Amino acid sequence: MANNGIRIGIVGGGLAGLAAAMKTAEAGHAVDLFSVVPVKRSHSVCAQGGINGAVNTKGEGDSTWLHFDDTVYGGDFLANQPPVKAMCEMAPSIIYLFDRLGVPFSRTPEGLLDFRRFGGTKHHRTAFAGASTGQQLLYALDEQVRRYEESGKVRKFEHWEMLSLVLDDHQVCRGLVAMNLQTLELKAFPADAVIIATGGPGLIFGKSTNSMVCTGSAVSACYQQGAKYANGEFIQVHPTSIPGEDKLRLMSESARGEGGRVWVSRKKGDTRPPSQIPEKERLYFLEEKYPAYGNLVPRDIATREIFQICLDGYGVGGENQVYLDLTHIPAEVLDRKLGAILEIYEMFVGDDPRHVPMRIFPGVHYSMGGLWVDYQQRTNVPGLLAAGECDYSIHGANRLGANSLVSCVYGGFMAAPAAIEYAKNVERNGGEDSQIYEQEVKRQQEINDTLIKQSGSENQYLIHQEMGKWMTDNVTVIRYNDKLKETDNKLLELMDRYHRISINDSNLWATMALPHARHLDNMLELARVITLGALNRNESRGAHYKPEFPQRDDEQFLKTTIAEYSGEGPVLAYEPVDVSLIPPRKRDYSKATK
Amino acid sequence: MSTNRATSVRSEPVEIHIRRRANPDSDQYWERFEIPYRPNLNVISCLMEIQKNPVTREGNRTTPPVWQMNCLEQVCGICTMIINGRARQSCSALVDNLEQPIKLEPMSKFPNVRDLVVDRSRMFDHLKRVHAWIEIDGTYDLGPGPRMDQDDVQERYAYSRCMTCGCCLEACPQYEDEHYIGPQAIAQVRLFNMHPTGKITRDERLEGIMGDDGITNCGNAQNCVKACPMNIPLTKAIYEENRETVVHGLFGWLKR
Repeated sequence: MANNGIRIGIVGGGLAGLAAAMKTAEAGHAVDLFSVVPVKRSHSVCAQGGINGAVNTKGEGDSTWLHFDDTVYGGDFLANQPPVKAMCEMAPSIIYLFDRLGVPFSRTPEGLLDFRRFGGTKHHRTAFAGASTGQQLLYALDEQVRRYEESGKVRKFEHWEMLSLVLDDHQVCRGLVAMNLQTLELKAFPADAVIIATGGPGLIFGKSTNSMVCTGSAVSACYQQGAKYANGEFIQVHPTSIPGEDKLRLMSESARGEGGRVWVSRKKGDTRPPSQIPEKERLYFLEEKYPAYGNLVPRDIATREIFQICLDGYGVGGENQVYLDLTHIPAEVLDRKLGAILEIYEMFVGDDPRHVPMRIFPGVHYSMGGLWVDYQQRTNVPGLLAAGECDYSIHGANRLGANSLVSCVYGGFMAAPAAIEYAKNVERNGGEDSQIYEQEVKRQQEINDTLIKQSGSENQYLIHQEMGKWMTDNVTVIRYNDKLKETDNKLLELMDRYHRISINDSNLWATMALPHARHLDNMLELARVITLGALNRNESRGAHYKPEFPQRDDEQFLKTTIAEYSGEGPVLAYEPVDVSLIPPRKRDYSKATK
Repeated sequence: MSTNRATSVRSEPVEIHIRRRANPDSDQYWERFEIPYRPNLNVISCLMEIQKNPVTREGNRTTPPVWQMNCLEQVCGICTMIINGRARQSCSALVDNLEQPIKLEPMSKFPNVRDLVVDRSRMFDHLKRVHAWIEIDGTYDLGPGPRMDQDDVQERYAYSRCMTCGCCLEACPQYEDEHYIGPQAIAQVRLFNMHPTGKITRDERLEGIMGDDGITNCGNAQNCVKACPMNIPLTKAIYEENRETVVHGLFGWLKR
């Protein structure tokens, strides 16, 4: 097949990036695929639950329209509706494709795909492969892309990190500059279009449920080069994660579903082991405050209450953690219903949750916001597209479970043909503008050289830690305007101190220090977008909650936040949301059935 | 979000010995580190602590040790290293369960890049060689795949959890340089040859494991299955594929 010499650069080898790579290669075009880790090790492997698609094989009258309605409602009406509808309509065929690719989805007795129920819906709509659906879907695409790599259509650049876009004089994206993470060599890679698929920015919050590559660094670089960033303030915090020294690991909601009770000691800062705290001195705060629903209150409410009680000093040992207690349930029942997830807790904490209450705390989990894209996944920068968690388009103010995997694949499947279409029609100059590549490499090299040379008293890892703590404390679950303002001032201070860090590794071969310093700079810029977006949005909607403004305010804020970079910081503007298909209605969880 | 410090008062610092190498051309050497004890530390959080301020136990400033990490949930496979003599993921290696001093070394069967980092790209090359994928007509909408028995799905699921970490190869006495393709690739052959569509191109995969470095080099030490962190039935895969290759070797020519 003739390829007209089209070459698409794809940054990120998770589900969205691989989906785009597979579609591009299948259409006969060349792909350069960049990833900081071997693509099979991308963050998509962490998704456990499943992938949504309304196939209606359970005789429940499910439909793609109902999936669409659940997604828009769950997102508190902040998403533009046409792309959400398109995704829900594509979802069944996405699941069937993965079935054909050999994903070991669970089966019914008849040998058909089985579906389970997930949060935010009344239908069995979630296909799943054991407790590692994300891993299985990623591997399926990894295998197909390897097949195209073998046939020469895809070139992989693993352990290469994108540092910046190459823009021409008309601000058109003409490729990218990437750094070899072993040699630190910088190189420009011309491309007819670039698709960014680098996932979420969880590391801005220090510890999160995200993998260590989820810095948002490449996205932030695009933003600083003129790409609009939308709805940055919408960050999903999962109520139950396992606090760790290195990260927060997800504890499935099913632990509460099977009867888990959430409690703390009535005494602040109590350091007694849980077994020595008598029943009457325990505060089952969810059960007390929400007698009708108890521990099974909706996800956002559970998150807020756990966060608040720890802020008030009642966390276990005075720290940010509460008990999630299953010890009253017979061990053999737990093994049967929750075996796999209890093993995860045991593996990483070392305690047996059958006999010792688990300690959990809400953890930053997902960014609904991301690069602004149109309905073909195109950003405002010509030649630059985005797909997956790093684009803002599907989940509005809150994401439903098992919708992330489907949105990644949908984004990749839309971005690839859009990129090819763009590449076919774009006017390409001859070789006379090769200097734009040299200039961008030079600009990036100077940034590296400055970092390597400078010596100051600041420590990059401690600045990262401080940013994470401020962002987690003030820009996650409960947001106050004065605290948000303070956080922004703190970020400005950290940005200033960043210029006085010194790289503490004199051996630059395969160093972790210089790449981390580059990430940190980009994370600080994106942290301001998130913080100021939250400060400006005086309402509560989905994951964004302000006690001072507890209601959703459609009149003022049924709008997409758009941040554009300037030297002085993000400039915010607002764009109306397309609600042409489903009129906004009140999102009311209080009537949720048990 | 640190963990309960209530029990940490009496505890001794954690002693960690790291086998280091500046670059592929230089020699290996050991360095000793010490960090304050906290409950629930894993090896990765120890390394993170050392990285912030790399000073040896003897008080000498040094370069920060380099390692790889990503998911920290034992599902991406990247953080594999040898911990107290055994290849395993450092994210799920808890200090409380390890004998001290904790000895960290890079995997020995792969080229050592720096410190604890190795280059395992060979494993991905092997996946190419055995055609570890399903040949589909196209990604356009062709409806659902073949119906399958849940029991078969579960057997395939076990094989498809392989995260290409390399623990099986590190443990295998036969796996050395290019002499033997090793259990991971053979298990992937099993995964795809079990699938109704994958079966159609079974012969290509079998031929991928029938060369000089192929399946017959397995010495039946059975270390691989014990070393696998995902409990993949690797020896079963080797048994089944050995049988398939023998049949293919005897009768394969009849199909031509």
